[in-house]
Amino acid sequence: MQDLTQLLRETAEDLLKRKAVGVVIGYGHTGSRGDMTAVFARTPQQVSQLALDGECYRNLAVYLNKPEVRKLGRCAIVVKGCDRRAINVLIRENQIAREDLHIIGITCEGVGDPKMQKCRFCTVHNPPDCDTVLGDPVDIEPEEGEFAAVEAFETKDIDARWNFWKEKLKDCIRCYACRQVCPLCYCKQCVVEKNIPQWVETSSHLRGNVMWNVMRAFHLTGRCIGCGECERVCPVGIPLGLLNQKLIQQVKDKFEFTSGMSADEKGPFSTFDLGLDTDDGIL
Amino acid sequence: MEAIQTTSTADDDEQTTFEPRIVAFLCNWCSYAGADLAGTSRLGYPPNIRIVKLPCTGRVDPLFILKAFERGADMVLVSGCHPGDCHYTSGNYHARRKLPTFRSLLEFMGIDPRRFQMSWVSAAQGGKWSQVVADITALATELGPFEYFERIRDNRN
Repeated sequence: MQDLTQLLRETAEDLLKRKAVGVVIGYGHTGSRGDMTAVFARTPQQVSQLALDGECYRNLAVYLNKPEVRKLGRCAIVVKGCDRRAINVLIRENQIAREDLHIIGITCEGVGDPKMQKCRFCTVHNPPDCDTVLGDPVDIEPEEGEFAAVEAFETKDIDARWNFWKEKLKDCIRCYACRQVCPLCYCKQCVVEKNIPQWVETSSHLRGNVMWNVMRAFHLTGRCIGCGECERVCPVGIPLGLLNQKLIQQVKDKFEFTSGMSADEKGPFSTFDLGLDTDDGIL
Repeated sequence: MEAIQTTSTADDDEQTTFEPRIVAFLCNWCSYAGADLAGTSRLGYPPNIRIVKLPCTGRVDPLFILKAFERGADMVLVSGCHPGDCHYTSGNYHARRKLPTFRSLLEFMGIDPRRFQMSWVSAAQGGKWSQVVADITALATELGPFEYFERIRDNRN
């Protein structure tokens, strides 16, 4: 990985020197305890902060839509395959234009120690459609049983499910970290901040907590690419990934759709297919 | 509406019967007109249903459904035009994707999916409307009061 870091720094330095981009968004050990966090390299001198290693679990695509980042000019961004999928969704939803980005893809065997759950089922170890690709091609077949956790949960009866979620959601402190870290939760005004009418109660009480967490998950239906950042940042350990996985599974089963595989795709809820859709369960 | 009794408590006398509260989101063009036809045709149906008229089933945001439950609905019905009949061409096609998916999320959360019903009722189907309401009211009565959110509200858990 050390030479990859070197390669990345050279690439970034070149881009910044040529003024091809205004900022390189990447990873670096610049956190307060030397932990891996986002780095915004704006000058060739700052590229020495950039690094690449197994701790690159963040999804940096979240920054692409921030006005303060947009002000820095054209972006170069370091992405893993999963982050690349998030960018596809942002492009398909007209949030960013492909030509405004210089995408530096890194091939990835999986991040985290132990490997994150999502990496076991990853199908995009080699990020597609990048302007620069760093690292050797990775050839790892995804494991079986992507939705095993969902299926295991569904063996519970209906009351047990509710009790499970109630126990988990009652801890929610409504910090909205799940929303802030999500590259696809980009609304300028979130429904939770609307108060005429107030759809979602804002106090950290179970009633509003259920509403918030269900709606957050549902707004990502057919959009969530399963990067798992929401669950990772949740300070009280709510298994948000399980909700997202359920919806990813639904979209896959019902609409044969996997989000983020191409920038040209249409989200499952912005289209319909008379051959596929049925009236099952409708009176 | 005074006639409708709310959820019984253990202390109520045994004569009190449970009358479910059903919130129905109807599309302006088909189901609302169908309900209207049921009325003008003097077809009776249970009064447990509270109708909210919307332009189209495509307008139904899952927020509405959850909010209705939160505010004490025992069942929610979304009804609109049959596929192919949408006044806006495709609103019900979108609803047909979005809302059943939401139902599976509700089920995953532990909310009985039978508490959220959908139907297609055209402006000519006054009879079907009256039947749908009778059927779902019977189902809602059988399912009993939906106490999840009530318990949360009272901090009873």
